[in-house]
Amino acid sequence: MNIEVNGPRVSFVIPIGDGIKISETLVTGWIIIIALFFLFRWMTKDMKKIPEKKRQIFAEMIVNFFNKTVKEMMGESMMHFAPYVATIFTFAITGALISLLGFRSMTVDINTTGTWAMMTFACITYYKFKTSGFLGYFIGYTQPVPVMTPMNILSEAATPVSMAIRMFGNMTGGMIITTLVYGGLTAASSAVYNLIGVGGMGWTKYFSIFQIGIPAVLSIYFDLFSGIIQSYVFIMLTMAYVKAAASSE
Amino acid sequence: MEGMTYEQTMLIAKAIVLAGQGIGAGLALIAGIGPGIGEGYAVGKAIETIGRQPEAKGDARSTMFIGCAIAESTGIYGLLIGLLLIFVNPFLKYLG
Repeated sequence: MNIEVNGPRVSFVIPIGDGIKISETLVTGWIIIIALFFLFRWMTKDMKKIPEKKRQIFAEMIVNFFNKTVKEMMGESMMHFAPYVATIFTFAITGALISLLGFRSMTVDINTTGTWAMMTFACITYYKFKTSGFLGYFIGYTQPVPVMTPMNILSEAATPVSMAIRMFGNMTGGMIITTLVYGGLTAASSAVYNLIGVGGMGWTKYFSIFQIGIPAVLSIYFDLFSGIIQSYVFIMLTMAYVKAAASSE
Repeated sequence: MEGMTYEQTMLIAKAIVLAGQGIGAGLALIAGIGPGIGEGYAVGKAIETIGRQPEAKGDARSTMFIGCAIAESTGIYGLLIGLLLIFVNPFLKYLG
């Protein structure tokens, strides 16, 4: 049997110029954005000072979690950074976990993770400009000795690349391994069907006996665990890098 | 190569490219050694910490998971290169 590993499919084409191709990732992303918008609008509707409804308590729990994490990691003076962290984390975690609903996971696309990493890189660069000034930023590349300049530029460029590829690689590796296991289980099922003599019947094409339950174990690791941990690592690294940039001389 | 048609030459060239990709994918997965050792070391130290200080269990565990996920990334790069070499065949298109 043949197993194909493809990038995201093109969902539709906007007929402007040569046609702008809209990928599956983008459609999934906008579904998530709209769903999250309405979810949080509903959760923060008619809030009371002393919360009565469960949805408000839950919303406050989420906000408190991010405030606490940012406060622990970056200190009181960087609390204005919490909304960015919360946005990235919520988007990343729903983007990774939407594969449980049968969509293609958003983070199995280098464009998504690359965009997030570049946003973080823009934040890092902004804080470096802010703390050391326009000239000081470029002088910082020649520290401690001018010979080190190429290394410094390389290590600066490696930050967003490694952040993007870490998340993308984890999710893609998981997706490919899950696809391989599904293929193997289908082959094993049809072998068993042929053995017990029901191989020719029509329903065997759609129903593979070994696909019940076994892929779920992989899914728990590759979708749930990996998706949550990688999103968490992403925001942790974001906060660590931005804090280092903001506190450097 | 003498005495061979164009098709035969191309077939041999394709075979060489595929073999190279297979060997490359195998070599890329050597990258799994480093994270394996590193994660084992991190988990061992975390268990040591929990044994010495059971009240710090939650902190030790969450820090260990993050450390493992970061240490894993070099292995993940290798896995990604290997999977790309096997499934995407990026060098076949240079044969023309």
